[in-house]
Amino acid sequence: MTLIDLANPTRFLALTARMLPWLAVATCATFAIGLYLVWFVAPDDYQQGATVKIMFIHVPNAWLAMAVWGLMSIASIGTLVWRHPLADVGAKAAAPIGAAFTFLALLTGSLWGRPMWGTYWVWDARLTSVLVLFLMYLGVMALWRTVDDPSRAARAAAILTLVGAINLPIIKFSVDWWNTLHQPASVFRPGGPTIDPSILTPLLVMALAFMLLFVTLHLAAMRNEILRRRVRTMWLMQAHAAS
Amino acid sequence: MTAFTALLLRDMRLAVRIGGGALMGVLFFLIVVTLVPFAVGPDLAQLRRIGPAILWLGALLASLLTLDRLLAADHEDGSLDLLLMGTTPLELAVLAKAAAHWITSCLPLVIATPLLGLFLNLEPLAIGAVALTLLAGTPALTCIGLIGAALSVALRRGGLLLPVLVLPLTVPILIFGVAASNAAVAGPMSFGAPFMILCALTLGSLVLGPFAAAAALRHGLE
Repeated sequence: MTLIDLANPTRFLALTARMLPWLAVATCATFAIGLYLVWFVAPDDYQQGATVKIMFIHVPNAWLAMAVWGLMSIASIGTLVWRHPLADVGAKAAAPIGAAFTFLALLTGSLWGRPMWGTYWVWDARLTSVLVLFLMYLGVMALWRTVDDPSRAARAAAILTLVGAINLPIIKFSVDWWNTLHQPASVFRPGGPTIDPSILTPLLVMALAFMLLFVTLHLAAMRNEILRRRVRTMWLMQAHAAS
Repeated sequence: MTAFTALLLRDMRLAVRIGGGALMGVLFFLIVVTLVPFAVGPDLAQLRRIGPAILWLGALLASLLTLDRLLAADHEDGSLDLLLMGTTPLELAVLAKAAAHWITSCLPLVIATPLLGLFLNLEPLAIGAVALTLLAGTPALTCIGLIGAALSVALRRGGLLLPVLVLPLTVPILIFGVAASNAAVAGPMSFGAPFMILCALTLGSLVLGPFAAAAALRHGLE
């Protein structure tokens, strides 16, 4: 079976039905390993104590918030340029999950900021641009729900996603371009990570766990969207036959 | 007369004759600027400090109001289909409509800024700076708004969808516009740096807006 077969919704449903249980098990296992590393291997910070461990949830959520918009952008190109049948299904399914990750990143960051910075919120470049990303996620979700026809909604949402992709480099480099309260880049920076391996390894394992969580939820959501569209088609056929 | 000029003049005539024209936007701008002292209190020193921000927010909201009629009216009477089928590049056609919107809706706001600056107790240097930044930044607001208008053109019950889509994208323009205005008056920072970035945003949106709007119209109206 080749990659092109995945474009067929029926084959996609069959394949994901087989894959999802394994993905779910892998997600739980990676979370178990990651949480063990976080609580028993990673050291406490000498100033912050154990509250530094919010980082192991906050940073993977923030990475995924941006990565999901990147994935939606690639799917949007697939919709507009190659007219891939499942690209818009993937983009529509990814938007609420990405919005949830963005919200969790903002929430955990806010809870971490209260003991560390003394404030729940500050209008610096990083926090503001991530908040704008959250608003854009909600805007794409609103656009999907406002246009009735799924294929027209797909193309409109694809254009909006690509326009909003401008925000991603702004978020990434906001801590370099502006003088911000949020700390500068420690992992993805020229010269390599500046974090000690005893903290970097649990962080990367937690990032992998959240990524597996996203893939599991995303594939499940794509299955639901395909089934939802089939139901809609059946309703339309039934209404047409009755008239 | 080229197609661009013909479309520009047509849209300008329509905007002036229908819906109160330019004065309606200025009136809304005036009302917003009047509402703010009711909300924050009439302390003149405070109003002077937040004056550039109030003027920018008022201009942003006033230019947003007329955006949905930019393309929806043409869609309803069928002239948008004529534009899609015509020989003029669609990007040029929507750029002409954006230019007409800017001249008839945003330029009167810029002209009204000095008077409203007096209401907010701004000093002449601040008024000049705000007017200049509005002049440089409102084309960007129009072009970004054009994208939202094109995305929501065929919706009958769009509601607040257009502002929800457009406002997050206009945040950088607002940030640099107000930063430049404040820098001209008080700042240790120079006026030039944020103003140059504001001009860059406008130039970029003059390219991005028409292309994205044309793509949205082509794909959304098939």
